[in-house]
Amino acid sequence: MSLINIGFPDSNVSIIRVWFYIVKLKIWYTQVFCSGSLAGGMVFALPLLEIKGLKTYFYTLRGIVKAVDNVSLTLEKGETLGIVGESGCGKSTLAWSIIGLVPPPGKIVSGSIMIDGMDITRMSEGEIREKIRWKKVSMIFQGAMNALNPVYKIREQVAEPMLLAGYSEEKAFKRVDELLNSVGLTPAIADRYPHELSGGMKQRVVIAMALTLEPDIVIADEPTTALDVVVQSQILNLLKELQRKKKRSIIIISHDLGAVTELAEKIAVMYAGKIVEFGTAEQIFNNPLHPYTQALIRAIPRLTGPVTKLEYIPGAPPDLRFPPPGCRFAPRCNRVMDICHKEEPPLKELEKGHYAACHLYD
Amino acid sequence: MYSTDIGEKILEANNLKVWFPVSQSFIDNLKGKAKLYVHAVDGISFEVHERETFCLVGESGCGKTTTGKAILRLVPVTSGSVIFKPSKSVLSDLRENGVSVDSDGRVDLVSIPQKKFKPLRRDLQIVYQDPYGSMNPRYRIRDVVGEAIDVHKMVSTREEKEEMIIRVLDKVRLTPAEDFIDRYPHQLSGGQRQRVAIARAIILNPRLVIADEPVSMLDVSIRAEILELFNELKRDIGLSYIFITHDLAVARYVCNRIAVMYLGKIVEMGEAREIISDPLHPYTKALVAAIPDPNPENRKKIREVPIIGEVPSAINIPPGCRFHPRCVYYNRAVGGQEGMAKLVDKCPKEEPPFKEVKPGRRVACWLHD
Repeated sequence: MSLINIGFPDSNVSIIRVWFYIVKLKIWYTQVFCSGSLAGGMVFALPLLEIKGLKTYFYTLRGIVKAVDNVSLTLEKGETLGIVGESGCGKSTLAWSIIGLVPPPGKIVSGSIMIDGMDITRMSEGEIREKIRWKKVSMIFQGAMNALNPVYKIREQVAEPMLLAGYSEEKAFKRVDELLNSVGLTPAIADRYPHELSGGMKQRVVIAMALTLEPDIVIADEPTTALDVVVQSQILNLLKELQRKKKRSIIIISHDLGAVTELAEKIAVMYAGKIVEFGTAEQIFNNPLHPYTQALIRAIPRLTGPVTKLEYIPGAPPDLRFPPPGCRFAPRCNRVMDICHKEEPPLKELEKGHYAACHLYD
Repeated sequence: MYSTDIGEKILEANNLKVWFPVSQSFIDNLKGKAKLYVHAVDGISFEVHERETFCLVGESGCGKTTTGKAILRLVPVTSGSVIFKPSKSVLSDLRENGVSVDSDGRVDLVSIPQKKFKPLRRDLQIVYQDPYGSMNPRYRIRDVVGEAIDVHKMVSTREEKEEMIIRVLDKVRLTPAEDFIDRYPHQLSGGQRQRVAIARAIILNPRLVIADEPVSMLDVSIRAEILELFNELKRDIGLSYIFITHDLAVARYVCNRIAVMYLGKIVEMGEAREIISDPLHPYTKALVAAIPDPNPENRKKIREVPIIGEVPSAINIPPGCRFHPRCVYYNRAVGGQEGMAKLVDKCPKEEPPFKEVKPGRRVACWLHD
């Protein structure tokens, strides 16, 4: 009797253990075989970031807001991806999903986000904190003016992620000086409070913070909005340097296609929670296929060329609780057809690496 | 858009100064330490004509918003004058209040006591930058837009008021107006809110609207819509604007003339087209160079913006030309570049005069002396 009684928990443990080994084997298997060398001597690596069929919904009292609805993306090492779209298109929610910070009542409903072979949608908050956030992926938050805590000195704030990661105080503070140098600030400002700095300097501090633990991916959410044009170009130059010298992968999110083309090699255009067009910067810019992308490009105020009547997109993005049936852009589209109101267009590859979701190309 | 039918002069600022005192310790005051001031606006002169969009361009902290507020008397003016030509009904109200009016029917906005300023608010209005923060969230659109009617007692009956509100909402193309009139600000998108802000500003048929960065908080895709509305209203109801912005690309689409401000002074002024295509002052050159031109080729090179560092404090303004510590030309001259030796002496010592270099074009720079 007693033997059996004792035996139960034991056998339970062994089942868990076996299952654990299976999972380990699976990870090992994917690492060895999926990233291993293939015929011809070429080495194919897993993409650094791979998002598949991601759905992030907000369960509000007034209904389900489908902020990110079936988005798939990949990001290679050293690549810069731009995500463009108007406010309320789910760009920031996508970014929060990648770093595991979707605010409640938001939830990742389905899909996977693989970072370096780890699926963060299946990780607990503790695991994400330990393995992913700031170590693999970090974020430059929107609105540098408000991203810093007013009662902490710059040194303490920049050092915080390092102290939490187990650096000694001395080592962390030394690294703060290095980081501030690398973003073009004098280490002397480390002893100041945020209110003593200008907007551009604060934005640089926020960038330095994102680099503390040498992440592979840096997400920049509207890094230049609310900055003056001169400071904006300085910040874009700083991000360009990051891209080149450190070979970091950057995801830049903005409503301004002009700012995004300064950095991104590939661009994803988002509308109402979906990616409507994806391609290289050249493809998107020189040959935009989706009417939404075309309208976004025409709306950019320019310094050169004739002063024609500026074009704009009438209306506003739809309420994501009740997205229109068919193509979500149909109510605002200038080339709308009957089918657009009925069927949702799939994202199709129309030329090599250039995808668009539009019935015009059926 | 450039419209050519610019009318008579309606506003003229002369040597306008707005200094804010910096609070000092009691001990410092006892010691008789010289009082410090933030020189937000430090002696600027310009004029605005009827049906003209006059642009103030510059980085944050250069005093462009303070200039706008000073004209509306929302901040105390230190010295200078602002001569304004009000509309007839406002003028008669002012005369009734005993405000001195000159023979051309013009008044000095700076010398009118605050208590007698109220009629002028019908002629001078403002649109703020932030359409999210500039509206009372508990007011319906009808109250936001109609408040001015009550304040100035423009109509006597409720029906007339309603009619006025609907007419103005139609004008800013919030149609059908009946759908919007009973909504709250949070139920509108950013672009719609900015339309409400414009409706609120134009409901009393003002002569001059000060638009303080009206599109910088909006998405690029709807910016154009608001800019078009400004142009349309200028055409249809003959408004004049003082348009405040930091983005020359935006200025290009709405402005007739541009004044570039730096640390409280105008450093360059002229026709919008000329300033953008051929900037003369080194600061204007930097502003023009900083605008990203959407082209995927750009990412392959670092964008060179010919300017050094950031805007210094407006308390201790650099002596001589206030731009010289950031000026690349001055720095080249100090570095010993040929033919620029005279700058080394002049820039840090003497303030450059605001000289007319060609008709309608003024620059304050020793390079163009």
